[in-house]
Amino acid sequence: MDARFMDKINKEIKIEPKDWMPDKYRQTLIRQISQHAHSEIVGMLPEGNWITRAPTLKRKAILLAKVQDEAGHGLYLYSATETLGISRDEMTEQLLSGKAKYSSIFNYPTLTWADIGAIGWLVDGAAIINQVPLCRTSYGPYARAMVRICKEESFHQRQGFDILLTLCRGTQQQRNMAQDAINRWWWPSLMMFGPPDDASPHTAQSVQWKIKRFTNDELRQKFVDICAVQVKTLGLQLPDPDLKYNEQTGHYDFGVINWQQFWQVVNGNGPCNKERLEARQKAWNDGAWVREAAVAYATKRKEQEQSIAKPAAA
Amino acid sequence: MRLYISKYYYGDIPGSDAGGPQPAATVNPATEWPLWEVFIRSKQGLDHKHAGSLHAADAAMAMENARDVYTRRMEGVSIWVVESRYIHASNPDDAESLYEPANDKVYRHPTFYNIPAEVKHM
Repeated sequence: MDARFMDKINKEIKIEPKDWMPDKYRQTLIRQISQHAHSEIVGMLPEGNWITRAPTLKRKAILLAKVQDEAGHGLYLYSATETLGISRDEMTEQLLSGKAKYSSIFNYPTLTWADIGAIGWLVDGAAIINQVPLCRTSYGPYARAMVRICKEESFHQRQGFDILLTLCRGTQQQRNMAQDAINRWWWPSLMMFGPPDDASPHTAQSVQWKIKRFTNDELRQKFVDICAVQVKTLGLQLPDPDLKYNEQTGHYDFGVINWQQFWQVVNGNGPCNKERLEARQKAWNDGAWVREAAVAYATKRKEQEQSIAKPAAA
Repeated sequence: MRLYISKYYYGDIPGSDAGGPQPAATVNPATEWPLWEVFIRSKQGLDHKHAGSLHAADAAMAMENARDVYTRRMEGVSIWVVESRYIHASNPDDAESLYEPANDKVYRHPTFYNIPAEVKHM
């Protein structure tokens, strides 16, 4: 069985829900896809913070559409995870109890409007770099969800860059605001790719199964190379004195990442961990009556239909 | 058997304390809305195609949710929804015996026949 499974993987034949798969492959996917889904859902919170305070009606409509997309992405991914044999309620429970993790980038606060720009450009930009290779991941439902997500994600990145560009063409105060947002979001964005490869021993298994196509460091380097060029268009700077183009490697060298801070945030000590989880719990609890009412209504309708159908048959 | 995985796989999310649940999902029908499969016709003249799935209490809600989740960018002109439990699927393990009968009937394809060159457009 195992050999046949690996043979399929090596031939780039997608694995589908009812196909045999090793337990560990299944569990790896459940964890990865559900965490990804949780990240989309929690990711709505920092941006949702600015919907009511967007500077213009146009910006507000755009941000609303973007946050709605994030909800959609979460739903595509939850559905993909469910094909592996876990229920939606179980996943929700894992998120609300704090057992499941989500991307720690969303544990940072959005202090100014420029943060919405920085999130779009940097956070969604990093997400795209992470996600594009996932469109070719070996599990069919995950790959299909990612194709859909990637199509929508590039709007997110462009709208972020557009916000920053507009600020950079404005007053000195607005430029300062944009620079400040980039200063705060740059390093956490680099951390989104995960710990360095030498501290990531299981990447090999995921690469072998073709769940992952590139290592964390490969993707991170790609992101740095892209941003180091794009930031010039903004006329701003990335907050890294060691950032420098390396003629020999053809890549940008960059400074040391503060992994201690990363682990602090992952382990629940980031600026907003508690707030984010509380917001999700509140949404779930406040929505309980809606879920119950919908079930009660559907049940009542079904009973009515049956009682109408019966006498006619008799 | 319960498997525990002590590693992040997506982005930066490690999970030393998170365990993967068992494949058999525990669904409480009293609280969890049923799962629906969504099929979308992207434009007039094309077939409905499977787009994904979602949860909804009834068909009307499934339709509305399908519109919001799967057609935010004009992806469809028509939506079908059906509760997932009504879908019967073939078993991939049976693929060999199921599709074998078609395997040796190459004469069903037009390319099987050699037509003289002077006969055009057939």
